[in-house]
Amino acid sequence: MQYDEKRLTRIVATDCGSTTTKAILIEWMDGEYRQTIRGEAPTTVEAPLNDVTKGVINATQELEELARLKYQNPNIKFMEDGEFVIPRRGDVGVDAYVSTSSAGGGLQMMVTGVVASMTGESAERTALGAGAIVMDLIASNDKRMNHEKIERIRQLRPDMILMAGGEDGGTVKHVVEMAELVSGADPKPRLGSGYKLPVIYAGNKQAQDDIKNTLQEKVDLIITDNIRPKLETENLGPARDKIHDLFMEHVMKQAPGYNKLMEWTQGPDHENVPIMPTPAAVGNIMQAIAKDENIEVVGVDIGGATTDIFSVFTEEFVFNRTVSANLGMSYSISNVLASSGLENIMRWVPFDINESTLRNMIKNKMIRPTTIPSLLEELVLEQAIAKEALRLAFEQHKEFASGLKGMQRQRDISEAFSQSTSGATIVNLMTLNLLVGSGGVLSHAPRRHQTVMMLIDSFLPEGYTRLAVDSIFMMPHLGVLSDISTKAATEVFRKDCMIYLGSCLAPVGKGKLGKPALYAKLQLPDGSTWEQDIPFGEVRLIPCGVGEVAKAHLKTHGGLILDKDKNRELNIDLHGGQVGIVLDTRGRQPFTLPADKALRIEMLKKWMREFKVYPDSILA
Amino acid sequence: MGQAYSAGLTVTKSIILKKERILPLKGKVLVKKGDKVKAEDVVAETLLPGKVVPFNLANKLGVTPGQLVNYIKIKPGQQITKHTILAENKGLFGLGIFKNEVRSPLEGEVENISAVTGQVLLREPRIPVQVKAFIDGIVTNVIEDEGVVIENKSAYIQGIFGIGDETVGELKLLATSPEAELDPHKIDESCRDKVIVGGSFVSHAAIEAARQHGVKAIITGGIDDQDIKKLLGYDIGVAITGHEKIGLTIVVTEGFGKITMAKKTFELLRQFNGRKSSVHGRTQIRAGVIRPEIIIPQEFDETELVVKEASLPVLEPGTMIRIIREPNFGRIARVTRLPEELTKVESETLVRILEAEFEDGTRFSIPRANVEVIES
Repeated sequence: MQYDEKRLTRIVATDCGSTTTKAILIEWMDGEYRQTIRGEAPTTVEAPLNDVTKGVINATQELEELARLKYQNPNIKFMEDGEFVIPRRGDVGVDAYVSTSSAGGGLQMMVTGVVASMTGESAERTALGAGAIVMDLIASNDKRMNHEKIERIRQLRPDMILMAGGEDGGTVKHVVEMAELVSGADPKPRLGSGYKLPVIYAGNKQAQDDIKNTLQEKVDLIITDNIRPKLETENLGPARDKIHDLFMEHVMKQAPGYNKLMEWTQGPDHENVPIMPTPAAVGNIMQAIAKDENIEVVGVDIGGATTDIFSVFTEEFVFNRTVSANLGMSYSISNVLASSGLENIMRWVPFDINESTLRNMIKNKMIRPTTIPSLLEELVLEQAIAKEALRLAFEQHKEFASGLKGMQRQRDISEAFSQSTSGATIVNLMTLNLLVGSGGVLSHAPRRHQTVMMLIDSFLPEGYTRLAVDSIFMMPHLGVLSDISTKAATEVFRKDCMIYLGSCLAPVGKGKLGKPALYAKLQLPDGSTWEQDIPFGEVRLIPCGVGEVAKAHLKTHGGLILDKDKNRELNIDLHGGQVGIVLDTRGRQPFTLPADKALRIEMLKKWMREFKVYPDSILA
Repeated sequence: MGQAYSAGLTVTKSIILKKERILPLKGKVLVKKGDKVKAEDVVAETLLPGKVVPFNLANKLGVTPGQLVNYIKIKPGQQITKHTILAENKGLFGLGIFKNEVRSPLEGEVENISAVTGQVLLREPRIPVQVKAFIDGIVTNVIEDEGVVIENKSAYIQGIFGIGDETVGELKLLATSPEAELDPHKIDESCRDKVIVGGSFVSHAAIEAARQHGVKAIITGGIDDQDIKKLLGYDIGVAITGHEKIGLTIVVTEGFGKITMAKKTFELLRQFNGRKSSVHGRTQIRAGVIRPEIIIPQEFDETELVVKEASLPVLEPGTMIRIIREPNFGRIARVTRLPEELTKVESETLVRILEAEFEDGTRFSIPRANVEVIES
């Protein structure tokens, strides 16, 4: 159900995270929806409070206090007797209260399939799209012995299992065999022992009866449409909806205080607005924006423990989400080092540092995750680590966000000589329009220039790409709000959530250091002209404010290309932002850093000075 | 001026402790309410279900899954020994010539037989599991079929990070001061079965010496990350530890690198030198935080067993703090002021800070997130 501004004038939205409950107030004022106030309080799902609503009340109280101050009106309040007043009556109450949640570890799932890269991957895509963390994918062909699979299923204590496998009319035996393994393992749910583990079966229709016979006594079996009815078709919707239903019915009900919270989330007619897993809500808003503006988008949320990447690509707006469960900036920081290797982190550091000192610094951050870098040198190191965490998470995402594998493809003569195969990634940086960052290290970097540098160095955007950051991480709130008002969600997203940092123009191809790479002539909004022939291996930052556009004439040298049509000369509008326009001639495919340490440090310092990321003292 | 809440590790001469000792699955509790128990006593036990082994019987017999039912000799729930015949065919012309029989590869129980896949699931015998008391104390509550609650009065130290599981041993102070490194030459046969205490650092050589001489646990201020990697053979990616099997337990009280052990911690360990202690290295730095513990039980009267309500330590002028990030990592200071406004620090980050002074009177400011309250 969607409501307009007559019914929705004031909305409170919360996101109950693992550590913090963040509340925002959205109001209809002067003919538009705006996010006006923000409050937060510690999440209260653990002892001694054991009730998520306490954190929600505290965060909402902060909103009320700030609203009274802002509007100089002591009568404003959103709750009475510890509950939301819906709908609003003048100064009292709100028209809707909505919420997302990732508290208590979010939604943790295990998925199964027959062939890992086909039905297994479809199952994984379904679970990830529904906002889950996939603990493991178990498939008939995953090379583990059956008894190892049983052991694994028994060790994992997921919130639910999604079983796929076989196209309709395809293999029954393999699917039933997997069900037998699940039955043998007799897995228990993670939270609470008073209910059976929910298992969703979304595989071969012909195997449904055998699956029932094998599983229904041991687990809470739910049967839904096949997620891969044919090899060339995915049908993720029904299974995804079932995951959301079960998330509400089973998982949320086990978390302390959620029964009450589920009753609180209501629209203006007192109809229930389901609580959404935080990443599912972010996915919603990303898709809404991509469709609304007809663009391709990549979004990243880098947290303390995990990094989520969302993308919407191709004309059909294909949405993908990946969670890199052990790449993050505090709890998982040590795992970034273990995954990327020390050399890969050090290649972004513009000074020399002893290996032992760096390793101990990283481990100390892991065991004391809430500390913040007060020394400049430590900030530079943390941002170097962030670049690697983002790079690794994006690599995982590119691999996962692919076309369906296992399909027959007809090739025309031009493709016969290319290496393209079915299942190639659909992430195309050359056609990507917008790259959005969020999460502490990106949203709260002391200088926005640092955010721009981190995004460019880790994602390596190609051609022309706009860059933005989520100001205070309100994408989850807006994602769930879009359930009752897409208009409110998208308006607030554009005006208050997104901070445009600027744009990046990076020609693709190889070049030789110092040789001419890009001629650029920019007509800036103040009437001035910026003109340069930029050598290969450099960056330029040209100030151009938010909402401003520079008219550019660009021409490359030496075979570098500017867009998907392989143009080498282009007239284009370059958008500004809080940081400005970046012209990056360091090359793509490949992007390489000098192997020689002294030369690399010299180059890094030069780029960092140009990007204005750090004070000169550290780049001297 | 004002106050704020801050995280901190507990280091105290006397605390009333309450430990739940619960079985992984329902089983039998062996003690009753009011019993006095020693750390080494078994308080509950159970049998965990054995490993499930899938076995493709139809394949072994050379028949289709659908035909298997004609040859099967077992049924679900049946106990089997290693050579029990699971299925046999009748041989050529039904005369038993070239008869093929398939015997069980293991002892245990038949879990399931499938006519769709031809697979049987066999379950190995149950595995006994025991839960020990871990601390000397009194059983104050019995949770039927699940476990017990044990309480006592102890000197208690929380570490910041550890590896290795629960162990019990006598404390033996080897370091001469909290600043001193643990000297490997001091570790000899007199340290066997002991919990040895170092100062600011334990080297790889010292850990090896401790393993050689059968030391139960090492308590140290700091440790080098590369030494842990050498010890485990892998890099710790996420701080969820305690399951490592390296022959001893290590509890780090301050952090990674060479860091002087907090004076209070060192003094407490010196005071209780020679006393029995219960130690574990289990660490989980996620929601539901677990930190390593050093528990030194003391004499007590049952009337003393009243657990104080948990409260968050408060930062206010006068509070003693420990710095937990560079610069001055590990140093102790006293809070002098808590300014409300956000302040820009060297890294240009805008944060809430506090002002404090070191023992020598030097004043400084630091982000509030980078200190820990030392509870008095």
